[in-house]
Formats: sequence, structure tokens, C-alpha cells
Amino acid sequence: MAARGPAGSRVGNSRFAQFKLVLLGESAVGKSSIVLRFVKDQFDSYRESTIGAAFLTQTISLDENTTVKFEIWDTAGQERYKSLAPMYYRNANCAVVVYDITQASSLDKAKQWVKELQRQANENIIIALAGNKLDLVTEQPDKRAIQTADAEAYAREAGLLFFETSAKTAENVRELFTSIAKKLPLDQAGPRNPRSGGRGGVELRPDTQGTQAGGPCSC
Amino acid sequence: MDDIAPEYDVIVLGTGLTECVLSGVLSVKGKKVLHIDRNDHYGGEAASVNIETLFKKYGNYTKGEEPWKKYGRVNDWNIDLVPKLLMSCGELTNILVSTDVTRYLEFKQVAGSYVQQGSGAKATVAKVPSDAGEALRSSLMGIFEKRRMKSFIEWVGTFDATDAASHKGLNINTCTMKDVYDKFGLEAGTRDFIGHAMALYQTDSYINEKGTGPETIERIRLYGNSVSRYGKSPYIYPLYGLGELPQGFARLSAIYGGTYMLNTNIDEVLYEGDKAVGIKATMQDRGGEEPMKFTTKCKKILADPSYFPSKAQVTGQLLKAICILNHPLAGTDNSDSCQLIIPQSQVGRKNDIYIAVVSSAHNVCPKGYYIAIVSTIAETSANHHLELAPGFERLGRIEEKFMGPSIPLYEPLESGVNDNIFISKSYDATSHFETTTDDVKDIYRRAEGHDLVVEGLREGTNLVGEE
Repeated sequence: MAARGPAGSRVGNSRFAQFKLVLLGESAVGKSSIVLRFVKDQFDSYRESTIGAAFLTQTISLDENTTVKFEIWDTAGQERYKSLAPMYYRNANCAVVVYDITQASSLDKAKQWVKELQRQANENIIIALAGNKLDLVTEQPDKRAIQTADAEAYAREAGLLFFETSAKTAENVRELFTSIAKKLPLDQAGPRNPRSGGRGGVELRPDTQGTQAGGPCSC
Repeated sequence: MDDIAPEYDVIVLGTGLTECVLSGVLSVKGKKVLHIDRNDHYGGEAASVNIETLFKKYGNYTKGEEPWKKYGRVNDWNIDLVPKLLMSCGELTNILVSTDVTRYLEFKQVAGSYVQQGSGAKATVAKVPSDAGEALRSSLMGIFEKRRMKSFIEWVGTFDATDAASHKGLNINTCTMKDVYDKFGLEAGTRDFIGHAMALYQTDSYINEKGTGPETIERIRLYGNSVSRYGKSPYIYPLYGLGELPQGFARLSAIYGGTYMLNTNIDEVLYEGDKAVGIKATMQDRGGEEPMKFTTKCKKILADPSYFPSKAQVTGQLLKAICILNHPLAGTDNSDSCQLIIPQSQVGRKNDIYIAVVSSAHNVCPKGYYIAIVSTIAETSANHHLELAPGFERLGRIEEKFMGPSIPLYEPLESGVNDNIFISKSYDATSHFETTTDDVKDIYRRAEGHDLVVEGLREGTNLVGEE
């Protein structure tokens, strides 16, 4: 795949880089909730399946000179019947694969998604494994179905970042995204914006040059 | 696995561009949509495929061999099955912008639009002028003809259908385009060029038909406005191929609650009286799990014609050859992409031959390769290769040629009002998507009972976390 690298710029000593991040994992493990916590610092226990978590962005500062912007793609429910489009994986720089630490089968599903990422996405994609719903086992330890050590061993073997998170209490959510940001190849970020016509592309906007239909022909 | 809802407002069958645009629009408008494809990928006839899939689809290799291996990584190839480009001021562009599907796609200009003059050894290729300067330098017309052309184009620009004073004394609603061309004293070659390379008519039947003036003028304006939007050519093209378009609209639909199921066969359509009221279907699991059978109700079904062959008729046969080249087309200034039109009059045909070329500049193939699709409407029932031959002559050396039997073009027999099944048309032989968006609007009107307005479609909808 002819990969589109991250976009970014460098002004003086400060660096700005933008990366595409995709979410994966079984339905109802809390993919959207993790993002909602990260982006809006909100949580809603009774959220229905994903509707309308279209296209979120969040910026984090790694240090006073380095800013990373995540362009976050939610599955929009298309993972439910294994109907994610190739477009979803295209040019993803990083991925968060989520499972539910109270559901034993969800780690197996997560492993399948990791395989799918390795098949469909860029070779150098950075993948983080997130065991979500940590709050449930903090309250009731016997609810835990997947031991931390087991998931951690798998993550190490597969070369993934690993965190146990709680979208509800925010535990480790910011840490998860920060550790991804630290691992991204910031130095490869070139001075261009992927949506403003780099590489001879065109930007489609409603009022470009005022050439709406019906106007005088200018050939 | 989650349960399928017991009822949907709309079930959409097939994930071609027409179906995906409709699915997206209906979901945005709050309809509960179930969108199904029997294939394991999006796009149907409007998909882009990799080179291994293409070889396997056409079967033009010896069993046991793997000819795709000499073309690099198979996934570096995104080869369109439909030879079309987007008009940069066309309706599909408007819909992409109004729905914000542009967020998921990147577009690039097509470098040039060309037209052939003459045939055989004497054939020459000339650029369709993209501005006044190019028009004056163009080899297409002599000096006096250029002046007549200029005055015609200026008239097209100022024409107002409701103002008879701008009609040059012609009764524009009843006269023919021949009358219009006569009025400006345009030569045959110029008429050919205007009608086929700018108005993009594929036959000459528009010339003597009464009342085609306003439509022809609209077509020329669309061409002119599209050229002036970004320069060079009227066309734009999505990186990674046209197959990105249905995927983008499917994502729009999913974001607004649409449910997607690929790899799913329709076992039966359920009727009450004459009206379709539901489906029985089976989703095959690629992971080796048991197939999932389900039944669900719906108020209406939208489908591409392949799901209801008995409710569609064949209106023509499209000929198409997908060719892999390792060089640009001769006479196109080494363009990384272009459209080349061979007008029917130049090669003794009734229908124009189109060549659409894209390349690694559009992330559809590895560096150094070009994908050229030659297409026309069949005029014979055999000798299809011969019909496309003038197109092949323009290509020079061809590395691979994929050409199956002619492709039937379908349209629905009925409007769908009687059976609640609203069927789309096949992707036709035109070089762009204007007829596709006409079909989208027509189906929407038939199914919903009012006109589709895409401007401001997403305004007022409440999305989680929208920026």
C-alpha cells in the first residue's frame, strides 16, 4: 500500500504532527466510550451502540515543543457484522484494539482484530491493546475474566502497547493515548496537511472560486 | 452476535455507489436502514479490485500460474471496474461536499482531456482547450473558426432559458442543435468537438432532435465550470480508486445508524399481496462460524438490478477492456491521467469510444504503471475486440488486457410504487457520474415521494462528538 505518512509541520523548535488512529474490538467493549473520555472527558453508562461518533480529533502535548493531533476513526458499528471497509484501515498510523476484561471471549476477538490490522493496515502501524472496564473489577474483583498477566504476555509477544483502562473512571485513558503518541514517528512528519491539497490534490469545498452551476461558462 | 432488528424502514441490496449514496442520505434523514451485499466487499459493479482479483475475475491466465506476481504487491493495485471520472462541478461533487463524505477521501485532478481527430495512421490527438489561451493555440480549429467558436461559447455563457432576448432569435425550445450550430456557422469538426468532447454526447442523435438546445447548453456549461474550477481538465478522481466512493457513503450511513452486512445472501423476498414487506437472508461467516439466518421486515427495498433480474430490462451492451500499460498515452504530454475521446464520426461508428487513464499518481497502481480502460456501446453482437480496436491503437504497447463479454446495461421495468421495490440502473457508458446522481434522485423521488435536496442535508442533525 502506498502509505500516506503523518502530516505535520515544524516551526522553530516546536513540532506538530497529525496521525490517523482507528479503533477496533468486539461490539460493546467500550471503544466509543474510551474515545469519548479521551476527547470530551465524558462518560455515559447507557450509551447505545455507536451512532454518530463520526470523526473526532484530540490534541495532546508531549512536551512544551511537541504537539500530536489524533484524527480518530470510530467503527460506526461496521465491525458488528465484519463489514469494515478497506478505507477504514487505509493510512492508519495507529490503532487501539479494545477488549473487555470481564468477558473472556473478547480478548480472542481482539487478537483477531490485531491479525486483521497486520493484514490490512500499514506495516509500521502502532497498535495498543486496551483491556477496558477496569472499574468493574475494582468494585467486584471476581468479575475479572482475563488476568492482566495473560493479556500483557500476549501484548509483549505481539509487540503491542498494553493498558488496562476504565472509560468510566478515566483510569489510564490519557496514558494510553500518550504512550501511543510517544511511539509515533514524529520526525517523519512533513510540512503538509493531508486535507489541503498536498501532492497535487484538490480540496472540495462548497464555494471554491464561486463556480456553481448556472454561472457563466469561462472556457 | 447482535440480533437483527425485527423491522427496518428501508433495506438496501447491493453496495454500488447509487445504493450507498441513497443509504447514506436516508440514514442522515433518520431512516432505519439495513444495507446488505452478497459479496464480501463493498462496491458491487462500482468496486475497485486488486490485480490478483482482476486476473481471477477474467480468468485470462493458465491455471497454476500466478501472473499477478510480476506486478508487485497485489494490494498496491486498485483497479476500477467502471470507467468513470467525477466532473469537478458535477452533482456527485455537490453531494460529497454536502454530506461531508469528503472527510474520508482525497481527490486529485485528472491531468487532461483529449480528443482524437482522423483515424488509422492519420489520427492525431489534441487537447480539449481548458481556457481561452489554449483555445487560441489549439490545433483543433483554424483562425476564423476560432472566432466563431469564441462567439458561440460566449453565447452559451450568457444564455438564459427564461430570457428570449438571449436566444439569438432562435426558438430554443423547438429548434435543433443543428439550427444553433448553423446560426454560428460552425464547421462539422467543431460541432463534433463541441457535442462529443464538451457536451459529452456519445452519439449524434442530439443534433437533429428538436428542443435539445437548453440541455446541450447546460452540458457545455457543466464542462466549462468544471474545467475552470481547478484548471487542466473537468475531472477529478479519488485517490485509491472509485471504489472509495461507495465505502465513504456507506460509512456516512453507518455513522447515522445504518447497519451493514456483507457476504449475505437474500434467500427470499417476503410479500403481502403485491408489496414487498421483508426478507429472509443468510450471512456467511468468513471466520468459519455457522452461517446466520434471519428474517426481518421492511417498508421498502432499494436494490441494484442484479438482485431482481426479472424486474429489469436490458437497454444496451457496454464493451470494456481494462488495460495495464507501463507508459502514458502518446500525444497526451506524458499526462499521469487523462480522458481521451474518439468521436464516432472519426472512426465510422455510431457511438464514441472513451479511454480513461489513471496511474500511480492516484495510488491505484505501483509507480511506472498506468491503467487505461477503453469502452464504448456495442454496435455488433460479435467482433467486440474489433469495435474497441481504435481505442487500443491509441494505447501503444499493452502489458495486460482484461476484456470479458459485453456487459448488459439494465434499467427497472417499473417505478417500484406497486411492489415497494425500487431498482437502480446499471452504470452507463458516460464518462462521469451525472447519470448516476440523476438515478439517485429519481429513485429517491419514487421511494420517498418528494425531491432529494442535498444542500444542508446534515445541518440540524445531532451527532455525538462532532467537531
